Amino acid sequence: MNPSGLNALWVYLSATPLLWLSVTLLAYIAAHTLHRRLRSNSLANPVLVAVALLVGILLLTNTSYTQYFEGAQFVHFLLGPTTVALAVPLYAQLPRVRVMAVPILVAMTVGSFAAVLTAWLVADLLGASLPTLKSLAPKSVTTPIAMGISERIGGLPSLAAALVILTGIIGGVMASGLFRLLRLRNEAAQGFALGLAAHGVGTARAFQMSEKAGAFSALAMGVNGLFTALTLPWLVPIMENWLYG
Amino acid sequence: MLQALTQLLVFQLVGEVTRIALDVPIPGPVLGLLFLLFWLLLRNGPSHELRLTTSGMLQHLSLFYVPAGVGIMLHAGRIEQEWLPILAALLISTAVGMAVTGVVMQTLLRRTPFENES
Repeated sequence: MNPSGLNALWVYLSATPLLWLSVTLLAYIAAHTLHRRLRSNSLANPVLVAVALLVGILLLTNTSYTQYFEGAQFVHFLLGPTTVALAVPLYAQLPRVRVMAVPILVAMTVGSFAAVLTAWLVADLLGASLPTLKSLAPKSVTTPIAMGISERIGGLPSLAAALVILTGIIGGVMASGLFRLLRLRNEAAQGFALGLAAHGVGTARAFQMSEKAGAFSALAMGVNGLFTALTLPWLVPIMENWLYG
Repeated sequence: MLQALTQLLVFQLVGEVTRIALDVPIPGPVLGLLFLLFWLLLRNGPSHELRLTTSGMLQHLSLFYVPAGVGIMLHAGRIEQEWLPILAALLISTAVGMAVTGVVMQTLLRRTPFENES
């Protein structure tokens, strides 16, 4: 094929959602395969590798995110039904959850405030701007919730989404090392910590550890999502007041 | 698989409608999750088909976060300017949040009967 034919083909393909949908799936499959080849080394986090590959490809081909999202939205859309699907592993753990109601509620409250307050304090001490602070605050909860919250409190939803994913990657990468350091061996506690601090990406990591850790991670992601959605809208004005008041 | 997928979408839809109707700050999919959980309690568990489909989807949960993650490129400028506070906040608060949650939970679980296995 001559260069102008190739160019015409590119123009055609890049205008259909098919191209970027396929590239997203291919990048994920490549990342997933690499992760398995490296014996599930947590540094080769599939989300991290897939995002890095895709950003590289988009920059090289001079493609805008809007254009990319035309195709990728079909994958993004499935985040909704997949969140609903978490009810199934959660149901399987309900007998355990009932017995552990008090530890679950205490760990969630303490952990949720610890994550939000340290993020806010550290970023503020190092001179982050207010829109950045407000986009950082909901970073531990799952993407659709975090975007909703940040919009409500005056942050930037798309920045919040990206910071949420980064948080998930960081949580997934540091989990095993941190658990070893703290001698955290209880699978329910491991899963719950991962889901609380690192939402769905952490939950994906927890499912690699065990089915039980995965279910508790899903539980933490759900309850922390609700809890943060309900508490942050009044917590943020207090923190803001305390900063500038 | 078609039935299970439809079921998930309908629960998400009911969640979205509830969110709008009651004007609650909780996103539709999370309400959908709660409704499906109640449904499973009423029906004494998921059908074989629902269990198969959801476990297949959850195996690749990471995939569904990829498009939003690529959105980081929209904020290259801000991140370049504020990379230090952002990175430090993410690293420290994720570690602290995870450590505090895990330690509190494990400590409290030691006092819970039947949950002493590691």
